[in-house]
Amino acid sequence: MTQLHLDQAQIDRARDSARRIAQRVYDEMSRFTTTTVERATLRLLGVDGVDENLVPLPNRVVSHLQERQLLQHGAASAVLGAMKEHGLSAMQVAEAVAAGTLSLNRPKNEAAARADADAQARSMCERIIRQRTQREARIKSVGEASLPWLYLIVATGNIHEDIVQAQAAAEQGADIIAVIRSTGQSLLDYVPYGATTEGFGGTYATQENFRLMRAALDEVGERLGRYIRLTNYCSGLCMPEIAAMGAIERLDMMLNDSMYGIIFRDINMQRTFIDQFFSRMVNAYAGVIINTGEDNYLTTADAYEAAHTVLASQLINEQFAYLSGLKPDQMGLGHAFEINPEMENGFLWELAHAQLVRQVFPDAALKYMPPTKHMSGNIFMGHLQDALFNIVSTATRQNIHLLGMLTEALHTPLIQDRFLAIQNAKYVFSTMKDLHAEIQFKPGGLIESRAQTVLAEAERMLAEIEEIGLPAAIGKGMFAEISRTPDGGKGLDGVVRKSDDYYNPFPKLMLGGR
Amino acid sequence: MTEQWVKPYGDTLGDGRVQLSFTLPVALDETTKEGAKRLAAMMGIDEPALAHAEDMGRGFSFFIVYGLCRHRVDLASLHVVKPEYEVLDKEAINRLIADKLGRRMVVLGACIETDAHTVGIDAIMNMKGYNGHKGLESYHGMRAINLGAQVDSEDLVARAIEEQADVILVSQVVTQKNIHLDNLTRLSDLLEAEGLRDKIILVVGGPRISHELAKELGYDAGFGTKTYAEDVASFVIHEWIKRGAA
Repeated sequence: MTQLHLDQAQIDRARDSARRIAQRVYDEMSRFTTTTVERATLRLLGVDGVDENLVPLPNRVVSHLQERQLLQHGAASAVLGAMKEHGLSAMQVAEAVAAGTLSLNRPKNEAAARADADAQARSMCERIIRQRTQREARIKSVGEASLPWLYLIVATGNIHEDIVQAQAAAEQGADIIAVIRSTGQSLLDYVPYGATTEGFGGTYATQENFRLMRAALDEVGERLGRYIRLTNYCSGLCMPEIAAMGAIERLDMMLNDSMYGIIFRDINMQRTFIDQFFSRMVNAYAGVIINTGEDNYLTTADAYEAAHTVLASQLINEQFAYLSGLKPDQMGLGHAFEINPEMENGFLWELAHAQLVRQVFPDAALKYMPPTKHMSGNIFMGHLQDALFNIVSTATRQNIHLLGMLTEALHTPLIQDRFLAIQNAKYVFSTMKDLHAEIQFKPGGLIESRAQTVLAEAERMLAEIEEIGLPAAIGKGMFAEISRTPDGGKGLDGVVRKSDDYYNPFPKLMLGGR
Repeated sequence: MTEQWVKPYGDTLGDGRVQLSFTLPVALDETTKEGAKRLAAMMGIDEPALAHAEDMGRGFSFFIVYGLCRHRVDLASLHVVKPEYEVLDKEAINRLIADKLGRRMVVLGACIETDAHTVGIDAIMNMKGYNGHKGLESYHGMRAINLGAQVDSEDLVARAIEEQADVILVSQVVTQKNIHLDNLTRLSDLLEAEGLRDKIILVVGGPRISHELAKELGYDAGFGTKTYAEDVASFVIHEWIKRGAA
């Protein structure tokens, strides 16, 4: 589609504001670590498993370090020091700590412990790189899906049933499978362990579940001649740990927003900013495409009036992503088709918003979400709303296309709901394949003017946020009309100020020296 | 009472035309198709016709069936429980609250337990409301507190005590395997256990909620789709007045 006329200088100004907003948060927050960052570090150093009460060993070790006032130095050197001193593996150290037979201390030789931590971390980094290489090799050998990628969710609660549904979905045409997590997992301050068969509204994210689903999708992908991507949720109170597990098990995408948890799950702001930085760093290194959650703003606030908040948030998310080493093609910036169907010309405004985002982020792997807020239970009308959404997606060249379900707002999708959703999208994508190259926007017309207005509003909003700082902006309810404070929300007790000699081997390996 | 028999209508009164769609967990073949028709017949559908049958892969097939519903129902014989109240506008509700309570009515709203979908509770509670119907936050006579998504029932009850709530509005939107019923029962049991059940007007809303279901679960009222803030507000003020008179 011919481009909308947008003022590039205005886009640059908005982006510069966002850069300064994100940098300021980063500078303030990099003085802290969190319990889950340290647990993720331990997982990356080889600690896994649970104790007899099913408490994960990374939690046991980190709690132990907290009790002994050692966590502010970082978990890595204490554990590596103990490994050397007692001739144990990381797992054995964790098991001994959990059994109460070993107490961790500052290492006798800090420099040696750090060097050991570096070596151990390097071998994990090599393992992650091997997974990354394997992904690339598989895409090369079995084939890459065509754009937009069709993204489908499974959510039975039972990983084995999920596998059946996921393989069926892939056979029907899904390119990306997201395993929805059990509701409430985002608020657990630990990651459950092992294969799980019970969940509510979804399936627990565990490393074993990741591994099982990865193998199943590799198998079906080989059969279909198309690499099937696996997605999970790198959000909530354990973002860094989920990132680590995903990197090890070759997940391809992660929902990973810099502000979603703060706004929609009332997770503490400081905790989230620190966790998102570390988790994104791991995602970046593992070649994972992150998906951001701006679409959620539009389910709470009005999709027309709040359109600029999406763009402003995307620009902030982009800058946080850069700080963690993500490349533009790893940024699945989110937005959605949520304007009230009763609004006159609503389709034009949806086109304007989607094309605006496409042009502001030409290289991003944009994630476009289907209507949910105005889906009514009238499944016939819903199927039509989804078709219009599909048209906007193909006409504006979106990358990651979350399939709309005609039964949205009724239940988690039944197998035929998915089947009809894929049929709908494939029909539209095929029958309108080259439409985008054939039509032009009327200069100065309704669509172009709308996009210009939203851009101008986003620029103004970012200028205001820059002035007061992002925490204050969130405090004022500038996103999704929900207000949060720096000391409110869950998980603040897991925020720990780093000591001057804090050490973590991963940032310099994964970011190359930052 | 005069009987009022009805059956589905397609294009002629009494034709009983219905459509249904479903999946069978078997690959599509002639036997499967016959099986789908037989199933429809067993559901009370005469002359079932397979409008569409399609293999969905991996041993699943999808069917769309049209046919004639054998059954009819006498509407005159039904007694449907509805919340009884007159729908008032915002000003009238505010005036009633001022007259009868002499203070602001405290309304707590939440999506409880596993439910993260706040669309419904937001539409009723938030200032902006829905479809041009302003939410309870815009009512001067009310102190409307929206606790949002995934609120534990215990936390909700604790907050109700703290805020001296007159009304609790609960929303349950998305459900899997009927978990919303367990969630709702748990909340009403907790209120009962705290001795609060008689002091608080307890209302539930959601796409699968009927007033009858709500009553069965121990709620004062249940509201389905197409409910606006003034419907809920009108009910609660009437219920409050009714309780005072009792």
